[in-house]
Amino acid sequence: MTDLTELIHTPSGTRTPVAGDTPTGAPREVRGMTARQRFDLIGAAISGACLTTLLFGWFAPLSGALGWVVVAFISFLGLYVLLVSLDSDTQEVIDRFTTVLFTSAGVVLFGALAFIVVYTLARGVEALTNANFFTETMQFAGPLDPLSAGGIAHAIVGTLIQISIALAIAVPLGIGTAVFLNEVGGRFARFVRTVSDAMTALPSIVAGLFVYAAVIQGVTHERSGLAAGIAITVMMLPIIIRSADVVLRLVPGNLREASYGLGATRWRTVWHVVLPTARSGLVTSVILGTARGIGETSPVLLTSGVTAAMNTNPLTGPMISLPLQVFDFVRSPEPSMVARGFGAAAVLLVLVLALFLIARSLGGRAPGDLSERQRRAVLAASRRDVQRFTARQAHAERALVPAGARTVQGDPR
Amino acid sequence: MTAMLSTALPQPTSEAAVPRRFVSRASVSDVIFRRVATSAGIITVAIMLAVGLFLSLRASTALRTVGWTFLTEQQWSPETNTFGVAAILFGTVTIAVIALTVSVPLSIGTALLLSEVATGRLRATLVTLVDLMAAVPSIVFGLWGVYFLQGNIIPVAKWISIWFGWLPFFAVTDASGQPFTEASAFTSSAFIAGIVVGMMVVPTQTAIMREAFARAPIGEREGAYALGSTRWGMIRAVVLPFGKGGIIGGIMLGLGRALGETIAVYMIISPIFVINWQVLKTGTNSVSALIALRYGEASEFGLSALMAAGLVLFLLTLVINFTASSIVARSRSGAQSDD
Repeated sequence: MTDLTELIHTPSGTRTPVAGDTPTGAPREVRGMTARQRFDLIGAAISGACLTTLLFGWFAPLSGALGWVVVAFISFLGLYVLLVSLDSDTQEVIDRFTTVLFTSAGVVLFGALAFIVVYTLARGVEALTNANFFTETMQFAGPLDPLSAGGIAHAIVGTLIQISIALAIAVPLGIGTAVFLNEVGGRFARFVRTVSDAMTALPSIVAGLFVYAAVIQGVTHERSGLAAGIAITVMMLPIIIRSADVVLRLVPGNLREASYGLGATRWRTVWHVVLPTARSGLVTSVILGTARGIGETSPVLLTSGVTAAMNTNPLTGPMISLPLQVFDFVRSPEPSMVARGFGAAAVLLVLVLALFLIARSLGGRAPGDLSERQRRAVLAASRRDVQRFTARQAHAERALVPAGARTVQGDPR
Repeated sequence: MTAMLSTALPQPTSEAAVPRRFVSRASVSDVIFRRVATSAGIITVAIMLAVGLFLSLRASTALRTVGWTFLTEQQWSPETNTFGVAAILFGTVTIAVIALTVSVPLSIGTALLLSEVATGRLRATLVTLVDLMAAVPSIVFGLWGVYFLQGNIIPVAKWISIWFGWLPFFAVTDASGQPFTEASAFTSSAFIAGIVVGMMVVPTQTAIMREAFARAPIGEREGAYALGSTRWGMIRAVVLPFGKGGIIGGIMLGLGRALGETIAVYMIISPIFVINWQVLKTGTNSVSALIALRYGEASEFGLSALMAAGLVLFLLTLVINFTASSIVARSRSGAQSDD
C-alpha cells in the first residue's frame, strides 16, 4: 500500500539512475551448464559405455560394432534420465532429455556427412598423389595399367567447357527473367514465376531424357558437349531464377523510389541501383547454381557420351565430364579404376566445396549490407563525387567572374 | 477566404480549359529494357513449356498403345507391348519412404539443435555446414553407399529381418516362404538405397526447417519462458506449432528430391520388374534408374515409353512441390506477432 501512495505522490517524470550509482556485476551465464549438469552427462556416458561392454562381453549374446554403439546410446539415455531425475522434476527431465536427443541428431548428421566427405577424399588420395592424374587422359591407359599412367585431364576440361556453355545461357537468361519478374511485373510475370517454380521439380534424369530425344535424336544425331551443356542449363535455369528472384525482391523499395524521384528512367534504375545493390546475392545464386550443375551426373549420362580422349570441341564427338567419369571408372571391378574413380570424385568434391566457399565469402549478405572493403570503396566514391562537385562549382564561378556585373543575374536565384 | 481563392485560381482562358493530359512517354532505353526483359521471360517460359509439351507429346504414343494398364502393369518390355510403371513406381516410392524415415528424425532434431540449442559462432558454422552439405554431388553419396555402407549395413539388415521378420515388409524369404540368412540376399536392396538417399536429402530438409523455426516470434518465446516453461515446453508450445508449415514443407521438398534421385540409386540397386514388398531383400527399381538403364538401347517406341514413365515421375514431384510450397506459404511463418 505504502508503495502505491508513494507512487501517486511522487512528482511525475522519469527518474534516470545516475550512471555511477548502479552496480554492475559479471553478466549471468543463462545458457551454459552447471557443474552438476555436466557431471550428469559425463557420468551417464561413462556408465553407459561400461554397461554395454559388460552386456556384450559377459551377460548377453550381443555382438557387432554398430550394435555396441546403439545399445550404448540407449543405455546412456536411460542412465542420463535416471541421474537427472534424482534432483529435478519431470518437466526438467523431459527438457534435458530432449536437448540430448537434438544434440545426438546433430552429432549423427554432421558425423555422417563429414565422414562421407572424408571417406571420399581419403580413398582418392591414392590417385591424387600421382601428378599425371591431372595432366594425362585415359586414352592410352587401360584398366590394368597402374595409377602412374592415365588421368582425368579430359574430364576436367570437359566439365569446364560444359559448365561454361550452361553458364553462358543460364546466367543472362536467368537474371534477365528475374529482373523481368521484379521490375516489369504483371500477369504474365506471375505465370512465368509459376512455370519456373514448377520446373524446379523436374527430375534431372527427365531433363536429360528431353535433351536426348529433342536435341540429339532430332538435330545433332550424336552426343556432344553442347547437348550436355544444354541439359545442365535446363537443370540450372530454374534454380538461378528462383534464387535471383528472392535476392531482387529484397532490394528496398525506397532505393528504387529515390532513383525514380531523381528522374532516372526505369532502365537506369535497374542498371545503377537495383542490380548493384543485389550484386553479392546474385553472384551467390549463380555460384550455387553452378555448384549444383557441376555435380549433376544423370543429365550428362544421357547426353555427353563417354570417351577416354581429350575433346575440346563441344559441337562434335563425345565429351566426358567429372561426375560421369567417376561413374564410368567405378563400373570397372579393377581396384586401380576404382581408385581413379575416388580420385575424380575427390577432385569434383573439392571443386564444388571451393565454389561454395567462394559464394559464401562473396555473398550471404542482404542488399546494402556491405563488407568492410565495399564500405571503403563506397566512401571513396562518395568523396570523389564531393571533389568533383566542388571542382565543378569552382569552375563555374571562375567562368562567371569575367562577366563582371552580370554575376548577379547569373545567380540561379 | 473566397477572395483568396479567387485570386489563387487561374483565370479561365480558352486554351487552359483543355485539361492537361498526364501521359508518360517511355524513353527509348526504357522501351528497349522492357522488351529485353520480357523476351527473357518469354524464352524461359518457352524452354520450360517445350520440355513439358515435348515430354507429353512423345509419351502419348506409348500411353495410347497401352492405356490405363500403364499404371498397373509390372513388366517393362515395350517390344511386346507389355509395359507399365506399377513395379518401378512402387520401388521409387519405397526408396523415398525409407529415405524419409531416416531423414525426418535427423533433420527435425538438427534443425531444433541449430535454432534453439546452439548459439553464437557454433551455430553460424553449423548452419554453413548444412548448406555446404546440400551442395555435395550425389555421385559422392553413391560411392559412399556402394563402397562403404553396403558392406557395413548388411548385419543390421539381417538383424532386423531376424527379429522383426513377423512384419511382412521386414521379412526376407525365398519363393517358398523360407527365410534367407546369407548376406548375399541383403545386398542392393531398397533399404540401402533409401538410407543413402535419406542422407542426401537431410541437409535440404534441415535448412528449410531451421529457417521456419528461427522465425518463431521472440515475443511468444519470451512469453512462454515468462510463464515458467522449460526450453522443451517453449519449443512444444511456440516453435513447433509455428514451424509446422516449415516441417511439412521441408519433408515434402525432401520427398521430391528423393523421388527424382538417379545416380546413387542406380549405382546401388539391382533392377527387377516385380513389386517387392520385402524392402531388405535384394532387388528394387526406380523410374529414374530405369531411364538411365534403358535409354541407350531403346527404340523409338521404347523411348516414348520411357518418356511416359518420366512424365509420371515429373507429375508426381510437381504435385508434391506445389503442395509443399503452398503449405509453407500458408503457414503462420508469414504472420507477425507483436514482438
